[in-house]
Amino acid sequence: MTRFNAWNVFKNGFTGQKSWDRQWRDPVPKKEYDIIIVGGGLHGLATAYYLAKNHNKKNIAVLEKGWIGGGNAGRNTTIVRSNYMMPGNHEFYEHSLKLWEDLSHDLNYNVMFSQRAHVSLFHSPGARDGAARRYNIMRLHGTDAEIWDLDTLKKNIPHLNYDDARFPIMGAAVQRRAGNARHDSAVWGFARAADSLGVDILQNCEVTGVKRSQNNIESLETSRGTIKAKKIGFAVAGHTSVLWQMAGLGNLPIESHKLQAFVTESIKPLLDHVVVYGVGGAHFYISQSDKGSMVFGGDLDWYKSYAQRGNLPIVQDCAEAAMAIMPCLGRIRLLRHWAGVMDMSMDGSFFICKTPLSNLYLNAGWNYGGFKASPASGWYFADLIANEQPHKHIQNHNLERFEKGINIDERGAGPDPKLHG
Amino acid sequence: MIRIKCPYCGERDHSEFTYGGDASIKYPSLDAPASEWTKAIFFRENIRGMQKETWHHTNGCRLWLEVERSTITHEIKSVKACHPQIEKITKNKS
Repeated sequence: MTRFNAWNVFKNGFTGQKSWDRQWRDPVPKKEYDIIIVGGGLHGLATAYYLAKNHNKKNIAVLEKGWIGGGNAGRNTTIVRSNYMMPGNHEFYEHSLKLWEDLSHDLNYNVMFSQRAHVSLFHSPGARDGAARRYNIMRLHGTDAEIWDLDTLKKNIPHLNYDDARFPIMGAAVQRRAGNARHDSAVWGFARAADSLGVDILQNCEVTGVKRSQNNIESLETSRGTIKAKKIGFAVAGHTSVLWQMAGLGNLPIESHKLQAFVTESIKPLLDHVVVYGVGGAHFYISQSDKGSMVFGGDLDWYKSYAQRGNLPIVQDCAEAAMAIMPCLGRIRLLRHWAGVMDMSMDGSFFICKTPLSNLYLNAGWNYGGFKASPASGWYFADLIANEQPHKHIQNHNLERFEKGINIDERGAGPDPKLHG
Repeated sequence: MIRIKCPYCGERDHSEFTYGGDASIKYPSLDAPASEWTKAIFFRENIRGMQKETWHHTNGCRLWLEVERSTITHEIKSVKACHPQIEKITKNKS
């Protein structure tokens, strides 16, 4: 594969851009693999990449029912941050942020990671105290975090509604190393890097059945034939329950909900940060893409659904939130909005764990946070599959935590999936 | 917008309602072992297709309703009040 570097860009500039290789192969499925990852999204591809890179595994396949980048990898608001405080979560997300910081070099693919700061506004003394507590916990664990007073905020982001907001802006909790990345580049970069290490990426290959014995999975029925594997990992967030039941494993602590994202027409540079409205209360996040579009999102659609299309009351909610903090957006036109189906788990935290079957491993339950988590998700999931032993940072991110009473409930919202936004 | 036919108020936008959750959950007896309570509280079938779920008519008559709805198409098959005694009242109304 042609590496991306200055010389190759220069050379192709003189040869009509015709000598680039394709980014990943389109192999014919083999009858058997050592490891199969079901789900060719960011998490599945990152897992395959780190299995090959960190653990020197060969003979790996990633099965994708559609095409690379066509699922939730292309349906998110691209925010990367690590402002978590629960044990396990802060180590995990900080590790993920560190992987993001070097990801473009690591993958030889520009994922356009931009550490433009993540600014969470607060609107009351109580919310400020809550934010200070959370961000102090982050500092104690070595993550960067700071509180901006109103003057600092006004200097950095001058065009928020400081005049007549229904909930006056008092300041913000800020993580400077956070920001966003280009979602397509991340998923294409992982696919290309995994492929160059020998991973077979099988697109249009939907799992239609699971053949199992008492204790393990023998083979997968797919739309491209039967494929055997020694080890199998599920990384199909959104549809985890469907696949889990196909394997005859019953219920999961997961509900599928849909979350919308919105993109406006392109405008001149307006917003240099990721701004979040609603530390406690409403929920809204906005940033500006490199093309100039405002990218934003808000709450879930509030009812369980597998439909990849959003409802209109949420469009109104998000538009109202946008107007509440940035009235200057009043005349901007919305170009697109779409919904992604997500695993909302019972405590708002993810699963990277072993399962009741000896050769099946689970990666699921990403809630709102799947995009930023994807490098670490692949890193720890690959570690689990290769070493058969959960890393200490994810030792409680399993299906047994609910019965043991060690829920990892970052928001303290209780066992109702739709509340873990 | 989903339209829900409330048995008391008639057909209304779903934005008048609050989504509850899975209506098929049966809670075990109070002295049942913890594993049974764990299953009832935390584990869900998460059906892809027709499922029974609860909705609260928060900005209406405030009845809790049991709705049969497809999680793929959002089509609603049936709506009734959760509490069986309520039916007498709603029947008289219609």
